[in-house]
Amino acid sequence: MPITHPNLHLTQLAGAIPAWLGEIKPDDLQPICQNVRDGGGRLVALWGSDTREQGKGYTLHIALVNETGLICLSVPLPAGQPGYPDVSQIFPVANRMQRAAYDLLGIYAHEGHDHRKWLRHGAWHGGSFPLRKDFDAVLSRTNEPDAYPFVQVEGQGVHEIAVGPVHAGIIEPGHFRFSVVGEKTLRLEERFGYAHKGIEKRFESLTVQHAAKLAGRVSGDSTVAYAWAYAMAAESIAAVTPPDRAVWLRALFLERERIANHLGDLGYLGNDVALSFGFAQFWILKEQVLRNNAALFGHRYLMDKIIPGGVAADLVESGAQSGKQTLFKECAMLEHEVRLLRGIYEEHAGVQDRFIGAGRIEPKLAARLGLCGLAGRASSQSWDARVQFPCAPYDKLDVQMATYRNGDVAARVIVRFDELFESLRLQREILANLIHDDGLAIPLAKLPAHGFGVGMVEGWRGEVLVAIHTDADGNLTRVHPHDPSWQNWPVLEHAVIGNIVPDFPLINKSFNLSYSGQDL
Amino acid sequence: MMTTDQRLGILFQLYQSLLVVLLAPLLTGWVNQCRAWLQNRTGPGLMQPYRTLRKLFHKDAVMAYNASPLFRVTPYILFGCMWLAAAIIPIIAVDLPFSPAADVIALVGVFALARVFIALAAMDIGTAFGTLGARREMLVSFLAEPALLMVFFTASLISHSTQLPRIVEALAHHQFVLYPSLAFAGLAFVIVLLAENARIPVDNPGTHLELTMIHEAMILEYSARHLALVEWASSLKLFAYIAIGIALFVPYGIAEVGNWGALPQAIIALLVKLTLAGAALALLEALLAKMRIFRAPEFLGTAFLLAVLGLLIHFLLGA
Repeated sequence: MPITHPNLHLTQLAGAIPAWLGEIKPDDLQPICQNVRDGGGRLVALWGSDTREQGKGYTLHIALVNETGLICLSVPLPAGQPGYPDVSQIFPVANRMQRAAYDLLGIYAHEGHDHRKWLRHGAWHGGSFPLRKDFDAVLSRTNEPDAYPFVQVEGQGVHEIAVGPVHAGIIEPGHFRFSVVGEKTLRLEERFGYAHKGIEKRFESLTVQHAAKLAGRVSGDSTVAYAWAYAMAAESIAAVTPPDRAVWLRALFLERERIANHLGDLGYLGNDVALSFGFAQFWILKEQVLRNNAALFGHRYLMDKIIPGGVAADLVESGAQSGKQTLFKECAMLEHEVRLLRGIYEEHAGVQDRFIGAGRIEPKLAARLGLCGLAGRASSQSWDARVQFPCAPYDKLDVQMATYRNGDVAARVIVRFDELFESLRLQREILANLIHDDGLAIPLAKLPAHGFGVGMVEGWRGEVLVAIHTDADGNLTRVHPHDPSWQNWPVLEHAVIGNIVPDFPLINKSFNLSYSGQDL
Repeated sequence: MMTTDQRLGILFQLYQSLLVVLLAPLLTGWVNQCRAWLQNRTGPGLMQPYRTLRKLFHKDAVMAYNASPLFRVTPYILFGCMWLAAAIIPIIAVDLPFSPAADVIALVGVFALARVFIALAAMDIGTAFGTLGARREMLVSFLAEPALLMVFFTASLISHSTQLPRIVEALAHHQFVLYPSLAFAGLAFVIVLLAENARIPVDNPGTHLELTMIHEAMILEYSARHLALVEWASSLKLFAYIAIGIALFVPYGIAEVGNWGALPQAIIALLVKLTLAGAALALLEALLAKMRIFRAPEFLGTAFLLAVLGLLIHFLLGA
């Protein structure tokens, strides 16, 4: 058992990662969360579902993680007044998730200190909730002005700089409200949700196979991670184990996604300090990876290549177009080039002057705020789902986690370099182990009724979680994808405090969080 | 009645002014092309700035609804100032009719006038970025201007005049002498050139990160013909600065007025020097990263120090 509590009865879920499910009463929520927190655990995701058709009112779901695995708790709430005890005091990261859960479903946290809207930008009425089953999209449509009370900072010489949601460059929409004195940042407040796409509502009307495509489109730069997490959740409900060849290929795709994104980010980080040379070099390498993806697997970003039950693309091994040979060659080329470029970055005084000390997050603060993924590892938060909960084939790979203490931009750059080399090593090992010939996929026709499955994959940005609920007919009734950016965006607000305004883009890029991924 | 010399002078002046205004975007294009080559990119070609200007002149201008006439006239003032500056500098010939109108101190004044207007225009529309950019621009320029003046003074001490034509004449058309003081002034001038023209490492002309911008932040609200004029003025400014650098440090080849025979040679010399200077600028930019804004005072302080050292050396060595 991952945790013990008198009122908690956990049942282990089938599937690739260690996960437990339990139902608790609202009153037990805070003590159990505190218990997990005290044991060094974190909150991964918080979402709600409309279970009135099953006679249960609403249900709050919470996914916690500690060193033994994933603990999924569901908390039935009364249909009349669906309130639950606030957990943002225990896990600060829950704040935005609780507010989003209210905007989408109307369930709310008692005694929460922040009840401002989060996802609702005036596109639907305040009294209607899109994820309720009786939501009427036409009647709820509105165009009310989007008023949002930002926190005001007062004092002599303090002024605000409002940036976005439309930016000077072509990037995703997000609003940043800086309170500054001169060039020094006193406070940053973020506002997102401009790219709310209603993904979770759309999932409700899709079949298991179609929903896999949607899952792969939640966040384009993490399409492999989302597709795998979704497939893992579906396979967990159906208690299906994909073929060996499929899981090795999945790991290959995931590592290639990590390689491509880390290369792109390292280029961007050079660009943000005006070292366009680094930008161009890293992007030439990234393009090479993407082109090899397209040539070998049929899609530059490997979209739709992971399906529930297996994979939809194979690596051709024989003949002149041996995919293995191409990838081995690519590995050697990348290792050589990236080593050279790393030397240039590390020896460039101007670059290091900008990187070192910028946007520092101390390990203590990172732990308190639940910083995860790549940014977390740069602040010595050693969480990596590939290491702690190695699903097949990572259990045979011995992934080396890259952690660093400093928590500044330089540390996040170092972690990226280290992970890049580790991914290249893993890619070689995966290629060497890709020997099974037991098919690519086991068809997954229909899911069992009233099932719950969860999948968690360490994407390049951090852990991506997808949870699936099925109804009495085995159809999808609720799918909740969760992006690690939920955890890390609030930490960025802390990272920029005390830094100068022109350093913000660099600090932001060193986190490189998703603006729209799963409707932030 | 005008003398032949005066008539020739006006002809030379017209010729130079036209040449400068037409060549300036080409220089920007050349610098960008060199930068692209140095980064392993193909680059957009030398003509890209002209295409951009053409595109911008064909667009409809959009104005902030609270923009005052100041905002509207600033691009024209900016363009006029830069063109005037380029007309004063002996680029292909000395002793142009415009040259005596202003010496180097007035030249610095012309640049300052343009800067005051663009900073005011940036604050006029009241966006956070405009003010941010204006504030940073003032920080950079108030440190760069004294350094630039010191550079000019070093050259003036050698030639005993603050008139650019006299300086060029003293340096180019007399016996060839190496001046150690000018070497220091030259280094200082390069730093000032980078800072004043919004180049790396002080600013980044190619950035889209609005929070890091200096020059670009001030012109974010301009569009169409206004933006075209501002961009063109930036090209002219870069051209003018490089021309000043040539006039002060490598003036060899600039024609004397009335000497038609020296004109083709002067133009070829100018093109060669501009090509080299553009390539050198691109190389410098490829090698450097942008510094934190609060490093700029140190950087420009170095320029000032170097220029003062140049002056001192002149007094100590008489060279």
